[in-house]
Amino acid sequence: MGANRRDFLKIAGLGALGLGAAKTAEAGMFPYSNWPKWPWTKDPVEKSDGALKATHWAMVIDTTKRQGKDAWADAIEACNKAHNVPQVGNVKEEIKWIWAEPFKNAMTDQEYAYLPEEVEAKTFPVLCNHCENPPCVQVCPTKATFKRASDGIVLMDFHRCIGCRFCMAACPYGSRSFNWRDPRRYLDMDNINREYPTRAVGVVEKCNFCAERLAKGLKPACVEACKDGALAFGDLDDPSSDVRKLLKSKYTIRRKPSLGTGPSVYYII
Amino acid sequence: MLDKVLTGSKAYWSWLTFLLVVVGIGFGCYLYQYNEGLGATGLSRDISWGLYIAQLTFLVGVAASAVMLVLPYYLHNVKEFGRITILGEFLAVSAIAMCGLFVFVDLGKLERVTNTFLYPTPGAILFWDIVVLNGYLILNAVIGFTVLSAERKWVAPPPWTKFLIYLSIPWAVSIHTVTAFLYAGMPGRHLWLTAIMAARFLSSAFAAGPALLIVLALIVRKFTKFDPGKEAIQKLAIIITYAAIINMFFLGLEFYTAYYSGIPGHQHSLDYLYFGIHGHNMLVPWMWASGIMALGAILVLLFKSNRQNEKVLGVTCVVLFLALWIDKGLGLIVGGFIPNPLHQIREYHPTAVELLITIGIWALGFLILTLLYKIAIGVKEETGGELAPH
Repeated sequence: MGANRRDFLKIAGLGALGLGAAKTAEAGMFPYSNWPKWPWTKDPVEKSDGALKATHWAMVIDTTKRQGKDAWADAIEACNKAHNVPQVGNVKEEIKWIWAEPFKNAMTDQEYAYLPEEVEAKTFPVLCNHCENPPCVQVCPTKATFKRASDGIVLMDFHRCIGCRFCMAACPYGSRSFNWRDPRRYLDMDNINREYPTRAVGVVEKCNFCAERLAKGLKPACVEACKDGALAFGDLDDPSSDVRKLLKSKYTIRRKPSLGTGPSVYYII
Repeated sequence: MLDKVLTGSKAYWSWLTFLLVVVGIGFGCYLYQYNEGLGATGLSRDISWGLYIAQLTFLVGVAASAVMLVLPYYLHNVKEFGRITILGEFLAVSAIAMCGLFVFVDLGKLERVTNTFLYPTPGAILFWDIVVLNGYLILNAVIGFTVLSAERKWVAPPPWTKFLIYLSIPWAVSIHTVTAFLYAGMPGRHLWLTAIMAARFLSSAFAAGPALLIVLALIVRKFTKFDPGKEAIQKLAIIITYAAIINMFFLGLEFYTAYYSGIPGHQHSLDYLYFGIHGHNMLVPWMWASGIMALGAILVLLFKSNRQNEKVLGVTCVVLFLALWIDKGLGLIVGGFIPNPLHQIREYHPTAVELLITIGIWALGFLILTLLYKIAIGVKEETGGELAPH
């Protein structure tokens, strides 16, 4: 709270129009995430001493490690279990936190006719990009979705969401799902993960980079499930982190970089 | 003054009963939707806004009818409009009431709607839309009732109403601008990401609102002793003609930018709406019908002799209104979601429940409009529609 209040006063003190300077050039001159925060804004997840800490969590997905359509089943299943993601069973109302798409759907701006056969044949995991400048956060009328100042994760408050679905219209990655009906209908309520809440009808949900696991010192469920290390997770601001090492040694791409959202999920193709 | 709603002809009471029945059916359907969740609608993960939000968008435009009377009357002294500004203001009130209801039925958690005030978020356009729409509702209701009650007492309206009236003019522009900003500021929705979105909203509003107003004025003349005035209707017809032409011009600009630049993202939604993509072409006949109807209406309205024939004018206004409804109340919102961010084509099929709720809210809007017009026209019939000198 203290730090946030200081930030607020600092920014408010600087006065007009975001003199708090842009964090990255691509996020533009006045990224929404740098706008002044309310002084009473605080982190919603209590962190234990053993929590994993970072100032900018990011993921690097090494897609060269996996082949075939079902390449990411382990990661997807682990996420669904960890977060009680209901399997609705129809395209219209499905709820997805992490799922796999062909290259042309995952990387819509980077598709062309002569892709390598290997790339054509496999699928790529897609999830919330935890953008540096998230459009979903900007449009939310209740701050039910917000970017956590301490580590850059874009989170949801399921109890504040009014279900207006503005964030779904704003997200350029289709990463948000809505509970069109009671999600508990589609869950085996005797076998849910008691460590994470189920949701109610009428609210939006999405990947949270496993904020609840990070708080307990655990890496995200999908990262843990990929035993071959296909998903690397770490602090983008730390030059010695796994993700920074990978970014330094391999050429990576992000989804729709031209929109200026600044995704925190990188792909090695 | 309010007591005027309690007395009326058999036709009046039958009309109210009919509207109430339709509202009741819609309300019943809403209860079902509330229990089941928005899964009761045709909305989906990919097309997350549909009929409800599209009606909101369109009806914000209808609310503009007021300013098209108020501005010429108060700023340019177009005396013909003096008799009927109240019709525009009360139409605005009922249109905005419908806007509010369409937002309500679209919410997943209606019981939490106060969160928009408990956690005001100046960066969210929806917050400002709530502010400007409510403001416009209050402005028009206050102005309408104050001026009307002064008229009834054969006195000039209190001076402070002038201030509110002048305020209502830029305010009317603001409701369109802010509503356009709901859509126009989102990266990755190319159909909406256009700098002329607010301008398009204004042009279509200034055609659709006054078109409905002409139809209403003709109905009022037929069923009551109050004549809104031939000159006022003719002046409105000219406004509609200009606005409809500008609206068409703006649509043309969108096509030019998308297809001459050749940027696929700018074309996809237009492709879907007007030509269909990979056999998905549900809205194609609607969009072409809208275009042809709007063009046809413009062609008719261009000729003075057509405008002066009130039968022709009335029918043309209905056609134009429907054309603009399809464009804004159907195509614009749904089209923005197709293709989805992953370039998959998922279409939108509204359900019966959704349609009945939509019709129910329209009926409630017309119910409010009928009651307000009953009051206004009751006063006009007493005074003969003449205004006290001021």
